[in-house]
Amino acid sequence: MAAKTPSPEVVGKIDHHPPAQNWMDTKPEFKPGNYLYAGKASALETVGLPNPRDWNPTDDDWKLPADWKGTVREGIAQRLERFRSFKLFMDICVRCGACADKCHFFIGTGDPKNMPVLRAELIRSIYRGEFKTAGKILGRLAGGRKLTEEVIKEWFYYFFQCTECRRCSVFCPYGIDTAEITIIAREIINLIGCNIDWIASPVANCFMTGNHLGLKPHTFKENIEYLLDDIEEYVGIKIEPSFNRKGAEILFVTPSGDVFAEPGIFTLMGYLMLFEHIGLDYTWSTYASEGGNFGFFTSHEMMKRLNAKMYAESKRLGVKWILGGECGHMWRVVHQYMNTLNGPPTWLDRPVSPITGTVFENAVSTKMVHITEFTADLIKNNKLKLDPSQNDHYTVTFHDSCNTSRGMGMLEEPRYVINNVCNNFVDMAPQVIRENTFCCGSGSGLNAGEYLEMRLRGGLPRANAVKRVAEDKGVNMLSCVCAIDRAVFPALMDYWVPGTEVCGVSELVANALVMEGQGEREYNLRGEENPSYVPPEEPEGEGEAGEEGEE
Amino acid sequence: MGFLFSVVAVLVLVGIALVGVGGLGLKVLFGVIIPYAAVLTFFAGLVYRVVDWARSPVPFRIPTTCGQEKSLPWIKPNKIDNPCSGGMVLLRMAFEVLTFRSLFRNMKLDYRQGPTIRYSSEKFLWLFAMMFHWAFLVVIIRHARLFTEPIAQWLQTLEHLDGFLEFNLATFGIGLPTIQISGLVLLGGVSLLLVRRIVVPSVRYISLAADWFPLFLITFIALTGILARYVIRIDVVKVKELAMGLATFHPVVPDGISVWFYVHFFLVCVLFAYFPFSKLMHLGGVFLSPTRNMVNNSRAVLHVNPWNYPVKTHDYHEYEDDFREEMVEAGLPVEKTLEEAEAEKAPAAPAPAEAEVTEEKED
Repeated sequence: MAAKTPSPEVVGKIDHHPPAQNWMDTKPEFKPGNYLYAGKASALETVGLPNPRDWNPTDDDWKLPADWKGTVREGIAQRLERFRSFKLFMDICVRCGACADKCHFFIGTGDPKNMPVLRAELIRSIYRGEFKTAGKILGRLAGGRKLTEEVIKEWFYYFFQCTECRRCSVFCPYGIDTAEITIIAREIINLIGCNIDWIASPVANCFMTGNHLGLKPHTFKENIEYLLDDIEEYVGIKIEPSFNRKGAEILFVTPSGDVFAEPGIFTLMGYLMLFEHIGLDYTWSTYASEGGNFGFFTSHEMMKRLNAKMYAESKRLGVKWILGGECGHMWRVVHQYMNTLNGPPTWLDRPVSPITGTVFENAVSTKMVHITEFTADLIKNNKLKLDPSQNDHYTVTFHDSCNTSRGMGMLEEPRYVINNVCNNFVDMAPQVIRENTFCCGSGSGLNAGEYLEMRLRGGLPRANAVKRVAEDKGVNMLSCVCAIDRAVFPALMDYWVPGTEVCGVSELVANALVMEGQGEREYNLRGEENPSYVPPEEPEGEGEAGEEGEE
Repeated sequence: MGFLFSVVAVLVLVGIALVGVGGLGLKVLFGVIIPYAAVLTFFAGLVYRVVDWARSPVPFRIPTTCGQEKSLPWIKPNKIDNPCSGGMVLLRMAFEVLTFRSLFRNMKLDYRQGPTIRYSSEKFLWLFAMMFHWAFLVVIIRHARLFTEPIAQWLQTLEHLDGFLEFNLATFGIGLPTIQISGLVLLGGVSLLLVRRIVVPSVRYISLAADWFPLFLITFIALTGILARYVIRIDVVKVKELAMGLATFHPVVPDGISVWFYVHFFLVCVLFAYFPFSKLMHLGGVFLSPTRNMVNNSRAVLHVNPWNYPVKTHDYHEYEDDFREEMVEAGLPVEKTLEEAEAEKAPAAPAPAEAEVTEEKED
């Protein structure tokens, strides 16, 4: 399949000095491991996206539609009218360079077009060359260039080499957000059928089946039931959640990545155990079975089309409000877009925790609460029986997901939860956490297998920060509140920081939960012998032997 | 290319003024017509650009949050970097505009092979930008003394403060005017920004003519201003006469003003006229940036998108139609039983006929 990934020694040799040649004269090189496969025609057809065709980014001819230039120009013009952000960000950049060394892809590749300022210039130069008088007349001197097929190839290459993490925006004196520019640029090239498969196929799947894997309703249910068996085996508790149940108080939606793959499934087991512990009246939906919104990586319209199902399902089932699982982009969309796109959900109530009575004032309009806020409130009100020593074999650090930190500002809640369920928590350096956090390198639909080398490069700054706390403070567990993180960190850690495991915060919560009627917690949710386990009866037990290292 | 072009362009502008006034004596053109045209262009352009931006809607509430949000009552929110009310937004914007808060937190990449990545504080850009912008502001305000009569008390106080390092060289027989710090800081700031742009490879790489030109232009404005004040010692009384004439719309062009004044004045006019069409509009744009000037209460308060339109979704009923059999088999609740769905799927054509039949029967 994908190209062989070079060793960390090779990948880590990066020169950050720009070449002598003007950037307008350089072209992207589509090499295995650093470009993404094209969106399949069938996926595009399913959701009615333009120009479905079989093509490959390495082809000379991209089979663009006949009047592709007109479509792109019109696409830009329309978005200039519709988005003040776009119009403003095209005009006011002073190229001060404050953002230049902030992008994880720039740090990991040294490619100057990954400097956020230059990434934006890729489209800004067309804006000048095609829309502004000075650029039309003076051309390159005014920083303008003409729209050519080469430009489209370059856009495809670099706008799918941006994870929309917004780190550059924090440092920009005008708050110019490259994520916003990337979102719009992707939207524009989508108009002529230039999409990537790792986004287009999940979009089609989400649209048809509700989740990005295309799990059909019965499979979705079966997957969760399989995890229930694991819980019964390791915790000794039999949980019976409901699916598509009308009249439940709360609808729970989480990214489907948690449903099927390690270590996300352990987080999902964490949700199940937490809800059982507090006796929550909730239901899963097979229809709204994906929180992650792949439309966000496609277009605003697609984001709206996919997001609609959450509200629609809450209405159909007659729940009072919605609870959302640990996910990055899902929460950026829920927090900043959902209410505007598909709201307001007049049929829902103010979100009130049925356990603590807390009104989530910050979510009174969307009626959707984040699981970590919800859990923090439970802990604060002493509603959970916790034994943090169950996590004693972990020294935990926390990765702030880009979207929940720079798109919401949820920084303290996860730390509060972790500190209450773990005894050993260490933060990474202040330059790389909270709003300064580094992306996992695979967000915004870039976690494709064929893209591994680029993902490892993009994830280098994050991995490097983890490496420092692993070496200095003995960190062996990287926790996060994002399903993409959980999906991609294991490979990233194995490559740059071998020996560091990855988990969601809810898994740590579940480890520490002391549940009524639970059996002996000899095994953790991962089915590993629990080193913190002390057999209750015999004082001289084998439990002692359960040191780390033992499988 | 942009660098050379900009140097040459500014030198040409200097030449135009020298020839125009010194050679051809076009004092009315350079003293009255061009200034009026430039100021008109400036204000009209500024308003046009800001209105143009403001007309584009802000469809989504998308602030970049740089601190803890307001959530649970016992968690302390960061009110400046994650504003939860209009007042807090004002505070955030004030810090941004007056102290360049985002630049203050700038960090510098330190990449070592190995690889090891470190970040250390980087304050040079912040420092140079603060020097440049604040000094420029003071210089501009100071120039109001030429356009006002009588000169306001606060303006005199500002000048006094600006000239606190007063060298009264008159005692030594050299009558030099008070040294105004702002002019020197402005020249220093703009030069440092220029040097930074030349010295830092990545910044040099991204620089366009549009970046070099204003830097050179302002450098020359500062230079000629300082030259006029301290070296050539232009006749300020006459300059004020000209300025008051312009300000009161009774233009007069007094004789005996040095040609270097006109060079300075012409470059200022070019800056004014160039302003609305250039990146210098960041002056207006910074206030309109949606990632900075919005309240982060997207989940608490509805934000409306003026161009929102209905979209095609795959609704639950279509979904159930796709998977009803599997759902029933898996014990998942359904809206319609298999039989009901089957009945509905039965040829649609006879349905109205049946309805007619029933009606007839009822009759």
